[in-house]
Amino acid sequence: MQLEITGPEITEQMECVYERPDTLTDMRLHYCPGCGHGVVHRVLMEVVQELGIQEKTIGIAPVGCSVFAYHYLDIDMQEAAHGRASAVATAVKRILPDRFVFSYQGDGDLAAIGTAETIHTANRGENILMVFINNAIYGMTGGQMAPTTLLGMKTSTTPTGRNVETAGFPLKISDIVAMLPGTAYVSRNSVHTPNAVRVLKKALVQAFQYQNEKKGTCFIEVVSNCPSGWKMTPIEANHWLEKNMFPLYPPGVLKAPK
Amino acid sequence: MTVSDIKLMKGNEALAEAVIRAGAQAYFGYPITPQSEILEYLADEGRERGMIVLQAESEVAAINMVYGAAGAGARVLTTSSSPGISLMQEGLSYIASAQLPCLVVNVNRGGPGLGTIQPSQGDYFQATKGGGHGDYRLIVLAPASVQEMADFVYDAFDLADKYRNPVMILADGALGQMMEKVQFKDYTPAEHMVPKPWATTGKPKTRERNIITSLFIQPEKMEQINIQLQEKYKLITQNEVRYEAVQSEDAEYMIVAYGLAARIAHRAVELARADGINVGLLRPITLFPFPYAVIRKMAERLNGVLVVEMNAGQMVEDVRLGIEGRTPVSFYGRMGGVIPSPEEVVNALGGLIRKEAVQHAEAY
Repeated sequence: MQLEITGPEITEQMECVYERPDTLTDMRLHYCPGCGHGVVHRVLMEVVQELGIQEKTIGIAPVGCSVFAYHYLDIDMQEAAHGRASAVATAVKRILPDRFVFSYQGDGDLAAIGTAETIHTANRGENILMVFINNAIYGMTGGQMAPTTLLGMKTSTTPTGRNVETAGFPLKISDIVAMLPGTAYVSRNSVHTPNAVRVLKKALVQAFQYQNEKKGTCFIEVVSNCPSGWKMTPIEANHWLEKNMFPLYPPGVLKAPK
Repeated sequence: MTVSDIKLMKGNEALAEAVIRAGAQAYFGYPITPQSEILEYLADEGRERGMIVLQAESEVAAINMVYGAAGAGARVLTTSSSPGISLMQEGLSYIASAQLPCLVVNVNRGGPGLGTIQPSQGDYFQATKGGGHGDYRLIVLAPASVQEMADFVYDAFDLADKYRNPVMILADGALGQMMEKVQFKDYTPAEHMVPKPWATTGKPKTRERNIITSLFIQPEKMEQINIQLQEKYKLITQNEVRYEAVQSEDAEYMIVAYGLAARIAHRAVELARADGINVGLLRPITLFPFPYAVIRKMAERLNGVLVVEMNAGQMVEDVRLGIEGRTPVSFYGRMGGVIPSPEEVVNALGGLIRKEAVQHAEAY
């Protein structure tokens, strides 16, 4: 039997336990079904809302799937050239040191074309948050190999699977970044389960607090998925992520202030 | 001004000093000869006097830092020399598209490739025709003395703010390295700073969010942005053409040259006048916008024009576009970091005149 419920009755009868944070615009996300970007956007902006720093937060969007992040995050934002988000964030933070500044980049942007900016931003200890979405593939351009693509993993440019002889090894950029004295906090998280989302949220709160305390660069990797690029259903992708990505990119705090 | 206000400085240092006096808040740059003194001067004096000065990991990072700082509302600049400026072209295209005001200084050295560290004007095309991808222009100012290395800094920042457009000062290795006297003019930055309500400074509840971007994925929207840019460039072309004409009133021949080449051509004009040749000098100061109309008008009463450049012949194309065949145009240039002498220029002028004489003889 069809149950008919209208909106107002719901709000009268039920307690609202989950809603869109005011820090997100009401624009519909362009991400593919099951993609982790939408979840990360949401958690990030929940944190911005709960910390009450919307007016003081400036975000830097990358080139890649999240190039339009500024359509969804209701804060001042700059769209950087491919790979340069952390250089742009560096300058914004230097000009406006009392604002909260974060960059948001994928694996191709942060760990291939932007490697120099990533390393040197972190090495200078720029007092910003770098959010790094690692889904081991170039989503926007149609599923090519990323620097973080796993060995044996099939992409459109490694059609028989990534092999070491021609494509080298997957780059564990967070581990490199964690070695640099400029970084205060380096964490690897995921958004493939509700609990993982909660853990990420805590990490983001932590990072903004460290930024407030001028501790240095905070770097949060989110091991994420790409159902379209991986050619899987969202559920399959999340299972695959846990089974195949975590052994190389295990979640956890790589570095925290003492 | 008193005599004590006159300083003897390198072009690079004079430019850097003017940067501080112009109220620049931030500098992002990477060392490269022959302009590293700018970074060094600002790292010392600039920081001392309150500037944010960051030595970036590359020119690519530096220009993207300029993007970020300009987007956050700062008066900001970077400086480099030819190979470094090439690395910045993508960033400049973004800056032009996002309509961010900033100053970029190119102390031009010989190329192509790694080239030489000696002075050159080989980057004229790159500077004046866009340089990076897409339809955009920089406003380009060409100093010809240490004094102008300083003076044009103020103009560049003001023009950048006025039009929300990147401005380039196109100098060369000699102008950067040579020492001349310079006087710094009175300039109060506070009187020149403009409000930047579009900057990303943090979104208060009272306004919509500010977005700095060059991405307009709908072609119709991207075309609108392009139309806006082209209208701006038209306005700049109408309002901002600057040039200097020397002994042009009675001139039968004109030399057209900019920057250091104009200094050399000026001497050549004196030498040629002493030999009884009625020649003058036209020095474009803005290379974009280029003084096409001035050159066209002048050409109507001239017997010929000699263009002198420290390259294989780049500005000469714009001179020909301006003249549209009204008078013969010849070119003299040295390349790869070699500076032409005034005597060479006089010889080239003689060649133009003889060629002209031959043509006249044939005509009669």
